[in-house]
Amino acid sequence: MKAAEFDYARPETVDEACRLLDGAAGDGKIIAGGQTLVPLLVMRLTRPSLVIDINRIAALHGIAANDAGVTIKAATRQADVLADAGVQQRLPLLTKALRLVGHPQTRNRGTIGGSLANADPAAEICLVARTLDAEISAQSRQTTRRIAMRDFCAGAMTTALTPEECLTDVRFPSWRDAGRIGTGFTEMSVRQSDFALVAAACQLVLDKDGVCRRIALGIGGAEASPVRAEAAEQHLTGTRLEAGDIDKAMDELQAALSPLSDVHASADYRRRVAGALAARVIAEARDEAKAA
Amino acid sequence: MAEQTFRYIAKKRRPKEDRRFIAGAGRFVADLALPGMLHVALVASPYPFARIRGIDSEAARALPGMIAVLTGAELAAGTDPTLPGVDAPKVKRWPLAHEFVRYPGEWVAAVVAESRAIAEDAAELVEVDYEPLTPVTDPEAAMKPDAPAVHPDHGSNVLFRKKWVWGAVEEDFAAADQTLSFRARWHRSSTVPIETFGVLAQWNPAQQLLDVWASIQMPKFADQLAKALRLPGNAVRVHFDVDVGGSYGVKRGLKHSILAGFLAKKLGAPVRLMEDRLENMRGGDAQGPDRIFDMQVAFGNDGIIRALKIRALDDCGAHAGRAPLQLGKPVGAICGPYRVNAVEYEAISVTTNKTPQEAVRGFGQAPTNFALETAVDRVAAALGMDRLAVRRANLIRAEEFPYTIPSGSTYDSGDFQTVLEKALTAADYPALMAKRDEARRKGKLAGIGIACCLEPSGGNSAFEPLFNPKNETTTWMEACSIKIDGAGAVVVSINTSSSGQGHESLAATVVGEVLEREPETIRVVRADSLSALPSNSPVGSRMAIMLGGAAAGAAKKLKEAITAIGAHKLGLAIGDVEYHDGAVMSRADPAKKASWEAIAEIAHRKFHELPPGIEPGLQASHVLEVPTGGTLPGPDGRVQMYPCYAFEAHIVYAEIDRITGQVALGPYIVGHDCGVMINPDIVHGMTYGGIAHGIGAALYERFRYDESGQFLSGTFMDYLIPSAHEVPDVAIVDHCTPSPLTAFGQKGSGEAGYLGAPAAISCAVNDALAPLELKIAELPMTPGLLGDLIATAKKSSS
Amino acid sequence: MSQHDIALTVNGRAYRGTVPARLTLVDFLRDHLRLTGTHTGCEHGVCGACSILFDGQPMRSCLIFAVQADGATITTVEGLAPDPAGLSVLQDCFWETHALQCGFCTPGMLIAAQALLNRNRAPSDEEIREAIGGNLCRCTGYKQIIDAIKLAASRLQGANAPLDQKGAGSHG
Repeated sequence: MKAAEFDYARPETVDEACRLLDGAAGDGKIIAGGQTLVPLLVMRLTRPSLVIDINRIAALHGIAANDAGVTIKAATRQADVLADAGVQQRLPLLTKALRLVGHPQTRNRGTIGGSLANADPAAEICLVARTLDAEISAQSRQTTRRIAMRDFCAGAMTTALTPEECLTDVRFPSWRDAGRIGTGFTEMSVRQSDFALVAAACQLVLDKDGVCRRIALGIGGAEASPVRAEAAEQHLTGTRLEAGDIDKAMDELQAALSPLSDVHASADYRRRVAGALAARVIAEARDEAKAA
Repeated sequence: MAEQTFRYIAKKRRPKEDRRFIAGAGRFVADLALPGMLHVALVASPYPFARIRGIDSEAARALPGMIAVLTGAELAAGTDPTLPGVDAPKVKRWPLAHEFVRYPGEWVAAVVAESRAIAEDAAELVEVDYEPLTPVTDPEAAMKPDAPAVHPDHGSNVLFRKKWVWGAVEEDFAAADQTLSFRARWHRSSTVPIETFGVLAQWNPAQQLLDVWASIQMPKFADQLAKALRLPGNAVRVHFDVDVGGSYGVKRGLKHSILAGFLAKKLGAPVRLMEDRLENMRGGDAQGPDRIFDMQVAFGNDGIIRALKIRALDDCGAHAGRAPLQLGKPVGAICGPYRVNAVEYEAISVTTNKTPQEAVRGFGQAPTNFALETAVDRVAAALGMDRLAVRRANLIRAEEFPYTIPSGSTYDSGDFQTVLEKALTAADYPALMAKRDEARRKGKLAGIGIACCLEPSGGNSAFEPLFNPKNETTTWMEACSIKIDGAGAVVVSINTSSSGQGHESLAATVVGEVLEREPETIRVVRADSLSALPSNSPVGSRMAIMLGGAAAGAAKKLKEAITAIGAHKLGLAIGDVEYHDGAVMSRADPAKKASWEAIAEIAHRKFHELPPGIEPGLQASHVLEVPTGGTLPGPDGRVQMYPCYAFEAHIVYAEIDRITGQVALGPYIVGHDCGVMINPDIVHGMTYGGIAHGIGAALYERFRYDESGQFLSGTFMDYLIPSAHEVPDVAIVDHCTPSPLTAFGQKGSGEAGYLGAPAAISCAVNDALAPLELKIAELPMTPGLLGDLIATAKKSSS
Repeated sequence: MSQHDIALTVNGRAYRGTVPARLTLVDFLRDHLRLTGTHTGCEHGVCGACSILFDGQPMRSCLIFAVQADGATITTVEGLAPDPAGLSVLQDCFWETHALQCGFCTPGMLIAAQALLNRNRAPSDEEIREAIGGNLCRCTGYKQIIDAIKLAASRLQGANAPLDQKGAGSHG
């Protein structure tokens, strides 16, 4: 399996990358970690005339973690984010999710931006970004803009990025709510390191009485893009997240879901598993917050 | 047989061949490069069934670096087709589709270029005009008279169908206290080695000789290649010193090799065809058994199984490959390790528009064992009897050996009860049951699987004449040659390629044992097909028995010659000397001795000291027919299949996640008896690997086709091979019941683990589902399948 | 289309080459440098047979283009031994426990295991499975591979022990 021929450029700045993308008139592709793109290239499922390598753009590497939030540059390696103390402290949900992304070898090369830009329905990083209302920064020759995750995900392997845009960073805003934060992440994949059939992410805040003041609950892999279980979230806010509360919220979650069906799992399976995994991550987050 | 003590056999020893692989110095086909070598890429059919109206390769041929495009028409005119092992002369097969494509991914044209990348560029430019036809994708539908025939000249899709009745089956069913019936489904999976198939061919016009290097594991490969290429058998030289990156049966790339050989000859340059993974998965013709078993069991209220009726329908795919015969080998262990009075066996092989099968590890025994062990558990469930008790009651007892089963094979030796007991003890079965019951009390789905399975070994492929009376082959031989040079250095020559079974170590250990010389000092080389003695390659778990036997035979001849030369040198009669460590000494006065080096020197240089009747030099070879082989099947189909029967007893604990349907395995214990193990680490390694392979077949692996015949499992993202995360720790408990038929009591073991693991895991899952009153007899048991099944449970077990 | 000059270090030796953009790193190593120890089993990043160390980190070389490796420091299986005739502790342990059969996945396994031992001298069973979880093997069932890595870890731990503790620290 050898890729079709392409031209290759390795810009040193984001501006240069955007100029190259613009010049390719829709037929250019950015390569960062390549863990998703290269298989597509060698199977000839995508045939760009120009591949633009952003790995050496210094401005696209780095993690900034402060009280306002965590901003991760697009070409930062997943392994580096996993190991980052600032992320572990301020964005523990992402740390938990990253442990389940691919293999150590793919994390050494794969990037945060690459995962977001490829938008696989089961991608853990996309799910966390959606759950935490992250913002994507995108730059083209003409524009720089920020895209809310809810608008960024446009379907399976589809994002709001135009062919001329380069994803430059993702920003996860901090939760400033008073109280104790807890997180939970889990997924169901056929083999341990496979793409998830269903994934669930949760971040919540408990007040000093153990009442949930805020909760974000996301499901990945069940539909073409990650979804927020908003009805379930509303249901759970203001409760103590006891078993009965969770059960009822899961009914809401499952009812709102329109799951995919494929060779690996039926729609009913995804619906059932989504409910079960969501319940597990809520419990995990609740118990973590209680212990905090 | 008395307990033997060995010097080298059965001892821990680092395998010789490992040394080159840990250094990255293996020599696989993709590592070989000849000057001027050309590369092949394949144009594959997107349709499951279509007429080829035309092929336009003009644009392809115009690319710089392109050499040629070969179509099926040209190849069919220039080569002989290969035929099925069963009698179906109208089912012809060429490496490239000719007139029709019969499965999605079938190779339609071969593109040759200066690099693989250019060949792929050109392959995209070949335009094929197809007229799509309606495919047949379901084997039961394929049997119907109105089904489209994959090979219209053959007349139907039934490639083979025969029923044998061994013993008083109907009487036993009529007289039985109870009967039960069920269907068991083994979906398509295969061994899928990490190295794909590759072949490099070079035609030498000055010598009129085709040199071939291939990733091959196949008997009679050189013969069949020569025949298809219309060359004399001595015009093809297959090099067996190529390392093969795993095979487990499937690397029989005859079509690849015919294609490469034809191209090499036509183009006058070396040609390498190295499958990429896409070509391999759908066009490599190496898929595996795809079986529907309809089982009927006649049994008593005491749990004794009297008779079996087995109907095995196999979806062969679009060409025969080894599929029909893969229904035949299980005849040699058709009732498993159990004392069954009568068996009816109907084997049906049906063509559909799917990729052909190759010989998969065990050659059909693993699916058959799955059906048999499911039957035993169902008998236990019907009677409310303990599954262990039913097995103990039916297992052939040690004192009953040799034991002849209804289909005519005699099991050479065994002590099944002891192996099972050892496994149960090692598993601490009562504690495991307590663990299971405690888990169930906590609301978990937990189960224990027990499987007692046979591993027939030795490769007496009597299923060939059984399935095709026109094929009167009864010779299944193996050979080994040894020479000792004038300074005493030993070289052993073996006559086949290997794919990780440790044959070099096997041969060196056996020769070292007989000659009483350190195996480290013995070099093992591989002949090529012109210089080789006859071999039937490592199939059917035969090499420990056959190569071991041939090597031992040759070494014995040398030992006799050395003894004779030494005695003559000492002026003593042969009866008055002893052989120790390669030297010959007087019995009466051991200080009087002729050393190994002195004897070698006499043999090579001192003809005047050589005893009469002994050839000069020091070399011997031995060719061995398979023990108990040499007879054709009787009119009722009874025949001795493989000679030696290894046995495995699996005990595996499983928990199923109620919602996700994921199965967590472990502890996993297997009791294993393959007689004397020539190298225990090698045998254990293959058992661990076989179990991992069995886990794949039981839980993860399946080649899927949709209703329209499209192939869905073409990459490693779709076809899921177990990683280290999916394979639990396995504990092997060894037992040794030597075979009376072999040189050292060894039996074969290359298929160990794989033959019993799918059965054991299926039994464990069913045990876990039993409190929900659910059953499943379909592999693989994927999470989606189990999750949906559990959701149907009317009964909650908590 | 585009050809590119690259300069990189492989197993401690400097190399230069001119490569088409679409040539993968594994194909460059195997076909241009004739370092055929690194293997391709799938060419789409799943089997791990192509694993190498790239700037010290284990990665799949089938998912990197050679042009991207310009300036990189690569280690392949051929570079694991301390000298051409020798074996590393890990390689020797693979031999001791028979952690291979056909040898095809072995180079990638050794790279993944060596990378683990480079940063963790006392890995747990779970950490070992995680480190080799992206390297598929069809022959061994992984048991003897895990045994080899554990043995290597214990030998490496014992290697730097004080002289009077060496007997206890180094296992076999």
